[in-house]
Amino acid sequence: MTQINRLSEGGRIDRGKPLQFIFNGRPYTGFQGDTLASALLANNEHLVGRSLKYHRPRGVFSAGAEEPNALVQLEEGPRTEPNMRATQIELYRSLRAASQNCWPNVRFDIGAVNSWLSRLLPAGFYNKTFMWPPSLWMTYEKYIRKVTGLGESPVDRDPDRYEHRHVHCDVLIVGGGPAGIAAALAAGRSGARVIFVDEQPEFGGCLLSDNQRIDDNPAMEWVRRSMEELENLEEATVLPRTTATGYFDYNYLTALERVTDHLPPGRGDHLPRQRLWRIRAQRVVLAAGSIERPLVFADNDRPGVMLAGAVRSYINRYAVLPGEDIVVLTNNDSAYQTSLDAHLHGARVEVVDIRPRPEGQLVEKVRQAGIPLHTGSAITGVHYRKGVEGVDVMRLNDEGSAVRGSSNRIDCSVIAVSGGFTPTVHLFGQSRGKLLYNDDIGAFVPGDCHATNPNRSAGACRGSFDLGDCLNQGFEAGAAAAGEAGFRTSGPVALKTERMEQGAFRALWTIPCDHPVGKGKKKHFHELQNDATVGDIMLAVREGYKNVEHLKRYTTTGMGTDQGKTSNLNALGVLSELRATAVDRIGTTTFRPPYTPLTFGAIAGQHSRELFLQKRKTPMHPWHERNGAIYEDVGDWKRPRYFPRAGEDMHVAVQRECKMARKGIGILDATTLGKIDIQGPDASKLLNMVYTNAWSKLPVGRCRYGVMLNEHGMIFDDGVSSRVGENHFHMTTTTGGAARVLSWLEEWLQTEWPGMRVYCTSTTEQWAVASINGPNSRDLLSELTELPLDSENFPFMTWQDAEVAGVPARIFRISFTGELAFEINVPACYGLYVWETLMEHGEKYDICPYGTESMHVLRAEKGFIIAGQDTDGSVTPYDLDMNWIVSKKKDFFGRRSLDRSDTSKPGRKQLVGLLTEDPNEVLPEGAHVVAELKDTPPMPTLGHVSSGYMSPNLGRSIAMAVIYDGKNRKDEKVNVRLMNGRTVKCRVTDYVFYDKKGVRARA
Amino acid sequence: MLIVTCPWCGQREVTEFGYGGEAHIARPENPEQLSDEEWGDYVFFRKNPRGVHYERWVHTHGCRRWFNAVRHTVTDEFFGSYKPGEAPPTVPVSKG
Ligand SMILES: [Zn+2]
Repeated sequence: MTQINRLSEGGRIDRGKPLQFIFNGRPYTGFQGDTLASALLANNEHLVGRSLKYHRPRGVFSAGAEEPNALVQLEEGPRTEPNMRATQIELYRSLRAASQNCWPNVRFDIGAVNSWLSRLLPAGFYNKTFMWPPSLWMTYEKYIRKVTGLGESPVDRDPDRYEHRHVHCDVLIVGGGPAGIAAALAAGRSGARVIFVDEQPEFGGCLLSDNQRIDDNPAMEWVRRSMEELENLEEATVLPRTTATGYFDYNYLTALERVTDHLPPGRGDHLPRQRLWRIRAQRVVLAAGSIERPLVFADNDRPGVMLAGAVRSYINRYAVLPGEDIVVLTNNDSAYQTSLDAHLHGARVEVVDIRPRPEGQLVEKVRQAGIPLHTGSAITGVHYRKGVEGVDVMRLNDEGSAVRGSSNRIDCSVIAVSGGFTPTVHLFGQSRGKLLYNDDIGAFVPGDCHATNPNRSAGACRGSFDLGDCLNQGFEAGAAAAGEAGFRTSGPVALKTERMEQGAFRALWTIPCDHPVGKGKKKHFHELQNDATVGDIMLAVREGYKNVEHLKRYTTTGMGTDQGKTSNLNALGVLSELRATAVDRIGTTTFRPPYTPLTFGAIAGQHSRELFLQKRKTPMHPWHERNGAIYEDVGDWKRPRYFPRAGEDMHVAVQRECKMARKGIGILDATTLGKIDIQGPDASKLLNMVYTNAWSKLPVGRCRYGVMLNEHGMIFDDGVSSRVGENHFHMTTTTGGAARVLSWLEEWLQTEWPGMRVYCTSTTEQWAVASINGPNSRDLLSELTELPLDSENFPFMTWQDAEVAGVPARIFRISFTGELAFEINVPACYGLYVWETLMEHGEKYDICPYGTESMHVLRAEKGFIIAGQDTDGSVTPYDLDMNWIVSKKKDFFGRRSLDRSDTSKPGRKQLVGLLTEDPNEVLPEGAHVVAELKDTPPMPTLGHVSSGYMSPNLGRSIAMAVIYDGKNRKDEKVNVRLMNGRTVKCRVTDYVFYDKKGVRARA
Repeated sequence: MLIVTCPWCGQREVTEFGYGGEAHIARPENPEQLSDEEWGDYVFFRKNPRGVHYERWVHTHGCRRWFNAVRHTVTDEFFGSYKPGEAPPTVPVSKG
């Protein structure tokens, strides 16, 4: 039974290139030019999957991007991809695909046999479940996923490459049907830079599926010539297999190009798998076509029920007649063309039209062909066993609200349905354009476009379905768009087409059957992918979810991967009937990108793995690499966190490093610290504003610690700044705050005090900094410099220029450990050399490199805060008990806020030390401090632990915390509650634990 | 994605810029003489209109300079950019 539905001639497939493929483990054959869907239909496989909720059998429904049913898991292993629309998968050699939602297989399915899911998952299920305790949801989710399962994500790393392209153009044309081609020709011929995208491998749109004629030739002949012309235009970029997925402000659109998806996996050679185009267009022409709507009749989800236009597409484009006996159900004339085409290829066709008196040229042709026509009638039931076997047809009453008379069975294997056409206004909607409801076609069409997104719609996406109209509108839109982009366009082009007079369409959103809709066994599906029925909409309305946005979430209509392309309008129509309100007054849900799903790979583009984030490395990095540093990410910097020796874990290494730093010498790469060079006659004036303490009288050669407040009076950064000259300062900031502080200074200088004579320059990357700490650091440094380093000649909190190891250096005698310490700044190019020289000479002193982890422990032992860790944007200098740093004699940023009632009130959260009763217990940062213990949370919190470490130099754990009225709680007993429910008893202390008098740094 | 016009560099993608909130808020000359309410007004309160907004931008990933722009907060239309100290452009009456 190979390709029994394949027609012997015609179609756009290559019969000379048969392709073997595997579906659900079975081998099949198709042809080059097939989609997976057309190849399956050629082999008479209508059953391709199970539905999400009820596990009903489902088949190929459409021939394009709107497909709600035929979703498959494509390929296996690291390249596997779920939810792929079989209607858009181009067939290639050895393709492997499998059904989703089926266990153990598509023919015998546990979910359907038990059908327990239908009872478990009524409309509003998600809604209602989320209202239950969240813990229950977790339980259900696991279970539901197993049975429903929307396909599986790959587990392994994606082996393919993806890329982004950023481009500008004058006119972007979306959609390669007749209107789009005409627009591209008109714009392209003007010399405008044109980008022309279409999601299909071949341009032509509906012309690929319909045997229409242009200028007395087959329309595809015109397409071929036009595309040839466009390909040869220097400024035109033609992109097949490219879906415009998103339309953002200022005519910024994204388009996904499937570069090599049509080839067997891994056969793209040097090409990426997919390319995401980011296009900025002066003007956009939307020629996105339209999507056929189904009619909502009883059991309309059976495999074999297909859109009428899709049936036409399979016959004409793919040379596949999906069935020998076809019943066509329609409310408009277009499906009559399907009847004629199927009839022409030997099918036995009958037409059921819900209109009492259809008229139009196509209707006449059908009558002349002798095709049985049942007017004013409806399908009221589908006979289905292993496939569709027949339909029941009954007469409709005049209003279309009920059926009458007796039912008449017609045997058939395929039901071709047409409920009219919905213009594809997704991109227009995303562009914030205004949508207008058009009664003649029962759908929304584009109105005015949004001010920042100038675009035009042409053809079917504007509600015009006649070929001649599409071409004219396309030429017009393309020419106007190019004209507005500044190009001269030639006059209109007249092409000859055949105009088909069509009868009016009849809107009937629910097709009645022989029992009340929403009751009884037969289901009226308005939404196939998420298994939502008219009965669900009725339930939603009964329960008060009448707003279209509520309805959507309640019934999950339009929330599938197809975003309701075939279902949204029917849902609106049904809702309008139930609420007896016009559709345009009900409104639409928001159109959101992407139009069709894109892969994470395409979104990430080149920005993955080592290119995801750039790494900033200090000049000393090669030494860290050689010496086994374990890194911590600080901003983009790779900072050594610790340097483990053989057999050491982080804890052991850090304890050792901290001890060695206080006993001998510890050396830290402090290069990442923010450094800003500030020069100009007003430099000290600026510092006076940004720091809370006074700077004008700081002598040249001196260093001073300062904290910076925002205008709220809250600390946001701190650091030591030094006076290099009368009008020259060297400012340091936290590693993470470097950019923020520079921006802060610039902001004030540029916007508030443009007259201030001062320049700020980031010098973070110009200086490499080695910080040596510990009692032996003076001895070590004196080996490498002539400079006298004793406290008399080089006191604490001063700096000096000198040569270190023969290299020009700026040495700061400042300390973040509380030890005797020197921060040696050298030009970055000498950083590694100076570091290596220090290490070499330090060997005899047992010099110990340490990382950020030990830096944190050492500073916490001394009670030095880390801005951003012990402060969180709500902490003033007073809250830190640092009144000494706040000048009373000058203004500075945040000064006035310190007097505000809330900022100055007693009892605010203040920084304290915490000592646990058990000296081995280390408090986790973020843990809450409570005064009063209760059996279960919540308990009123006093504040939280901001720092907690095991201090090797004190032989016990230490912690800092920010708690209410901390200053007055010294020696109080408090409790810290841990996540696991355990309580740790602590005593409040001051937050300097080691060398309280600060003698060591001054040694 | 917006296009923002830097008065020095021209039209650039919004991703090059930082946003600085409402423009034309002068820092009070003598904060000490202000009441808590007046100071609070300066620190905390902004117009946040639905419509035309005079606002600050900084060309962070470009010339690093601050400037002002007039933008409609609903439609995201810009009615011009101008350097600090310059007068704002006039906004079409129909848009105001
Ligand atoms: Zn700029």
